Amino acid sequence: MYVYADNAATTRMSDTAVAAMIPYMQEFFGNPSSLHSVGQKAAEAMMNARQTVAGCIGAEAREITFTGGGSEADNQAIITAARIGQRKGKKHIISTAYEHHAVLHTLKKLEKEGFEIELLPVGTLGNITAQQVADAIRPDTCLVTVMFANNEIGSILPIKEIGAVCKEKGVLFHTDAVQAAGHLHIDVKDMNIDMLSLAAHKFHGPKGVGALYARKGIPLVNVIEGGAQERGKRGGTENVAGIVSLAAALKECCDHIDENAAKVTALRDKLIEGILQIPHCALNGDPVNRLAGNVNVCFEGIEGESLLLMLDAKGICASSGSACTSGSLDPSHVLLAIGRPHEVAHGSLRLSLCEWNTEEEVDYILAELPGIVAYLRSISPVWKDLESGKKQFIL
Amino acid sequence: MALYTDIVMKHFMTPSNVGSIENPSGVGEVGNAKCGDIMKIYLKIEDNIIKDVKFETFGCASAIASSSMATELVMGKTVEEALAVTNAQVVAALGGLPAHKLHCSVLAEEAIRSAIKDYYDQNGIAYDPALFPAFDEEEDENEEGVRMV
Repeated sequence: MYVYADNAATTRMSDTAVAAMIPYMQEFFGNPSSLHSVGQKAAEAMMNARQTVAGCIGAEAREITFTGGGSEADNQAIITAARIGQRKGKKHIISTAYEHHAVLHTLKKLEKEGFEIELLPVGTLGNITAQQVADAIRPDTCLVTVMFANNEIGSILPIKEIGAVCKEKGVLFHTDAVQAAGHLHIDVKDMNIDMLSLAAHKFHGPKGVGALYARKGIPLVNVIEGGAQERGKRGGTENVAGIVSLAAALKECCDHIDENAAKVTALRDKLIEGILQIPHCALNGDPVNRLAGNVNVCFEGIEGESLLLMLDAKGICASSGSACTSGSLDPSHVLLAIGRPHEVAHGSLRLSLCEWNTEEEVDYILAELPGIVAYLRSISPVWKDLESGKKQFIL
Repeated sequence: MALYTDIVMKHFMTPSNVGSIENPSGVGEVGNAKCGDIMKIYLKIEDNIIKDVKFETFGCASAIASSSMATELVMGKTVEEALAVTNAQVVAALGGLPAHKLHCSVLAEEAIRSAIKDYYDQNGIAYDPALFPAFDEEEDENEEGVRMV
């Protein structure tokens, strides 16, 4: 059996998304900046795509800028807010300890330029409150950037409440909604979001294309200089097929948000319940307030990469926050941020489901996983020390 | 998996010499769980020959494969021959490891050496301390060793 359970990493493209892009690769392949009809066909398709994306998040078409993905959108939003703040002498930015690296590394770069970055702690359940944000805002705060939902442990953040705080205090608010778009209801006006990033490949669209919403009146700073594309805010001939496909995929997901969430939540809860039967393991994050498809657990006494490869050999695709899967010495910054010790964080497993997963697949994972965990524990000196009482169990 | 060679995958999926030895002649444990790798090697030595060797490993696929390969390389060897086994030999026998996984082979070499040192110590066999750098005495040293690559 083959089970794809890594939808937080990327998703399989939908038939709708694939079909949408095909005409713009050979038939209407023109450059949207060209005045001839094949170019104008492409320009028209992009205009419609912009309208569709805007409609999905409660924005206006002219507030949408297409980018080369979620990371680029995050970079552009943060740099924009930083430059606006800088001009007014405001160089304090508030974010969270468990943002995506597209946000954290951009903030790190700004820190080197003299910005003061304040990362709010996320507690053991992995969330923040709007009050934390309110308490952290200072007269020199130029940006609050808080993710809509966490990519590793699935926490859904109180975006509307944070947006209200930011509006009241007059601070720009950006949210990295890469894990949320197409999966959670988003209304940028109602939620007082000034800027929002999304990426097509997280909702069955293609890779390498994303969008940045920026409330009208916010002068975006270019990350890529070039021609007049995207009103001069993002140089480079547009990825027309990708943009059209992004819009089609987002629309399809947004049209089915509630039914998808209900289905996936049921699968997720069955999976979590089954996995927690394994001794000395624990769920990471909030059991209730989490993305419908997200399962993230730590197993004591084993290491995540081994677990992943053994699962892969059984046809199950998953992820881990272990150091070995990241290429660095430290395990996931998200798991460390919620207080998991290093040795436990190394034994993490993320399974992320989508509406195409089935109950049979969940049963298959639950049939295979315990045996693999038991085998890896049987060859682990750490597990032996835990079982013999030489070391104390943490989980 | 493109990340690892077929030999690494074979030694990861079906490792040789897994387990422990009752009343071993020497035991070596290196690494620490904080860094994500711990290797434990058990040796049975008779007449200066490694008659049996077993390992237990907490770690990634390359750590398990390096342990497995290291036990194969020292099985049946004299103690001196086993001491001469290097991490580079482990890597070569595995058909290569990704650069960020080379420390796993270093741990395998250190685990073997640590077990032999334990054998020397238990049996009152005199040795040149320079043969054994401090890797198995201070956890911090292991962390340094890992950081090296």
